[in-house]
Amino acid sequence: MFRPLPDSPEGPTVTVFVEGQPVVARDGETAASVLLRHLGTARITPVSESPRAPFCMMGCCFDCLAEIDGKGSTQSCLVPVREGMTIARQMGARKVVA
Amino acid sequence: MRAGTDLIVIGGGLHGLSAALQSARRGLRVVLLEGAFTGRHASGATAAGVRSLNRAVEELPLSLEAQAQWEDMIALVGDDCGFHAGGQVQVAMDTEAEARIKARIARLEAAGMRHEQWIGPDRLTELVPVMQPGALGAAYVARDGSADPHRTIRAFRAACLDAGVEILENHPVTWLARDGSLWTVVAGGTTHVAPTVVNAAGAWGRQIAKLAGDPLDVGIKNSMMIVTERCEPCLGPVISAQNRKLSFKQTADGTFLIGGGVQGRLRPGGGSASVDFGALSGAMSTTLALFPWVADLRLVRAWAGMEAATADLLPVIGPSHRAPGLIHVFGFSGHGFQLVPSVGRVIADLAETGRTRTELSAFDPGRLATNRKAA
Amino acid sequence: MMIFDVAIIGAGPAGMQAACDLRRRDLSVVVLDEQPAPGGQIWRGVERNCQPGSHLAQGLGAEYRQGADVARSFRASGADYRPLSRVWQIEESSKEAMAQGWQVFVTRESQAEVIEARRILLANGAQERPVPFPGWTRPGVLTVGAAQILLKSGGLLPEGPVWICGAGPLPLLYAHQLRKLGGQIAGFLDTAPRDTLRRGLPHLNGALRDWKSLAKGLGWQAGMRLSGLRRETGVTQLRAEGGDRLERIRWQTPEGEKSATAGVLLIHEGLVPSVHPTLSLQCEHAWSDAQQSLRPVLDPWGETTRSGLFVAGDAAGIDGAKAALAKGALAAIGIARSLGVLSDARARHARVAGDRALSKARAARPLLDSLYPAPEGKIGDDTIVCRCEELTAGQIRAAARRGAADPDRVKAETRAGMGPCQGRQCGYTIARLIAEAHDMPRADVGFHNIRPPLKPVTLGELASLGKTKA
Repeated sequence: MFRPLPDSPEGPTVTVFVEGQPVVARDGETAASVLLRHLGTARITPVSESPRAPFCMMGCCFDCLAEIDGKGSTQSCLVPVREGMTIARQMGARKVVA
Repeated sequence: MRAGTDLIVIGGGLHGLSAALQSARRGLRVVLLEGAFTGRHASGATAAGVRSLNRAVEELPLSLEAQAQWEDMIALVGDDCGFHAGGQVQVAMDTEAEARIKARIARLEAAGMRHEQWIGPDRLTELVPVMQPGALGAAYVARDGSADPHRTIRAFRAACLDAGVEILENHPVTWLARDGSLWTVVAGGTTHVAPTVVNAAGAWGRQIAKLAGDPLDVGIKNSMMIVTERCEPCLGPVISAQNRKLSFKQTADGTFLIGGGVQGRLRPGGGSASVDFGALSGAMSTTLALFPWVADLRLVRAWAGMEAATADLLPVIGPSHRAPGLIHVFGFSGHGFQLVPSVGRVIADLAETGRTRTELSAFDPGRLATNRKAA
Repeated sequence: MMIFDVAIIGAGPAGMQAACDLRRRDLSVVVLDEQPAPGGQIWRGVERNCQPGSHLAQGLGAEYRQGADVARSFRASGADYRPLSRVWQIEESSKEAMAQGWQVFVTRESQAEVIEARRILLANGAQERPVPFPGWTRPGVLTVGAAQILLKSGGLLPEGPVWICGAGPLPLLYAHQLRKLGGQIAGFLDTAPRDTLRRGLPHLNGALRDWKSLAKGLGWQAGMRLSGLRRETGVTQLRAEGGDRLERIRWQTPEGEKSATAGVLLIHEGLVPSVHPTLSLQCEHAWSDAQQSLRPVLDPWGETTRSGLFVAGDAAGIDGAKAALAKGALAAIGIARSLGVLSDARARHARVAGDRALSKARAARPLLDSLYPAPEGKIGDDTIVCRCEELTAGQIRAAARRGAADPDRVKAETRAGMGPCQGRQCGYTIARLIAEAHDMPRADVGFHNIRPPLKPVTLGELASLGKTKA
């Protein structure tokens, strides 16, 4: 769906883990951007369980909600990648772990 | 000017709708006047607990009658209103709370009422596995539960329309007066005349009472509620705690609704209330002690609903002493939702015959009457 | 706890300009912004991308690169800049110690805190106008703005058959940038009405005051024609089809129905001011027929109907980045005046340059508004309108017809607008459907009540706030 510029990235890179798989990301890229180019989706909706992907990339559509470093329902488009960050899609309604 | 109206109901909240509906079913011609839209304030801001648990003893006859009506809501309004009898649980977190609950249950049993029962920690864990262990036990009513407030409003509204009630929204009442045996009510540029008026105006009930010449000492509550994102279903009963500010439930949508009577702020002008996050923040401790996992959940919306509240926290139900033909039904002080079907029956009794079999002395408007001049 | 003179929300052109100007008057300023670095959406990642010799910066253009200078001044201004800060509630302070003041509830790195300030400047920008069509929730469909953000922050280009559909300067600019950076576009579906000349002519003369911008826009269009890109005009009834991914798009032109395979569909139908903060604070708003959106009612100093609360930049009305700089400068003067550090006479003198710059920056706006009106095509009953609660236009229409023409009633009945986005994606469409159902002007419908928080906050964050405050 998206690919890096041919003679990019300029600047440093980091490694993040998307559902367990290491992915190299450009420092400054957001978690949503990594989800989009690596998996193509960010979540399964809690209402009809349909797939959604980042849509607005600027914090106002909430379709990029994902689990980042174990924290659910995070707006992944507002989170810049960090070395070692774990990123996972949010599958449907939140699970309650009592 | 309209003629031929038997009853004017002021207020399109659930109590106004229920009174209008049940009066119309008895053949009265009813006009309902609503300042905004049906269910705009307390009825739309409620946690919609259907609870006989921990009710004031004066309210219990009405509450137990309502309990049976909720179980057969389809008969009344053609829809179950999302009522789910998941039970209501009032947790005892310390020995003092345990003693209070047990004393209450003993008093109820002495009076012949067995709807509440004490359950120990094991049964409590079985009922509410997602709750942190450590509570000493709880009062439990299995037949209680909760409903969907907006579905309830929609169902009562539709039933009213079916029964021939004329509902006028965006019709705030600006004037009312009695001339001989008839009331004249002006609302939203229209004039209505009828022998009987029901004041079901909720937070605006005291203003209507004053306009009608029967000023009552009733205050305003702005209880706050918060709702989380949707979660997998895991909590059946509605949870409260003795001596603590807590009301915690999971809705059919999967969201958690947290209330408990923490107060928001009245906005300047008094037309609406706003959320006080400082106060909400301080009141999270009980919820987090019992359900620590909610710390990770997202709060999606918070609101404060305006509702009339009396000093003794009992509603005002019954005919005005100083304004003949005026029947008050407001001031439910934050716990009127469950009583909607039975109180509507009482108001229909009064509107139709001027009498009711139900004992209303504890709800008598006279107890709150203030001096007309001072008011 | 420190009380700032001014809290600025948003570090785009308006926020940065205001921060610099307020600091020059020695006022204490805190700037809260959701992004990791200054720039707003228009200059997103400008510091990182404008390293010497950067291919990306060249491709993004000269106007983008100008942002680096503003960001540099902003960094040097001495404002307390707090990136990655999510503002979720603004309240008027109830403390008696503050004659007038505000509390801003903000979460940064999972820590919630309350920041106090005597004045607030909302410089929170705009969002793209949501226009529902069948399939717009399908992965593979993004906004043009989103794609541009992916380019600026991740250096990403779209691939697969890439289609752009919509109207306005942004799609033209983005297509131009892609071309310069080696991206491929399968086609451009122009939804602007075809009678461009008739619509634009009355506004052309005024727009000539900003002839540079006009020339640039014409250049983008000419570039597109020269590149031989497939271009369709008069496009309506767009559909994004497929299973779990976008596979095919379908559209209508006056010549008939057409379709094409698609991997990425980028849509854009103009911008609307981000009014959630001012709506939630119950400021008065006015409906703009030209921009088909609400904007807060402001006095000439940028102050809302709530004293002490100011708005600048596109949040005050869509005028673009140059105008945002001018609006930021004017709001800074207005705030200094309201804090008593600038007399009324001096403030009036100080604003002359800003007024001139703003008027010039706005010169082409009436032309743009007339060329790219908000689409008014009928939304089919089965199209999802509320993306969060997944409610269709048909469900909302039915609720709209059931009672009073009040967005809050429709929201309560349907749950539309109750999800995490708080109606940012569906609010205008719901209002439009209500207006249609009741045959009344859009302006009279209003917008549903915005209940706090502005952004979802965890209950743990909320609770920790109580502990730090006590």
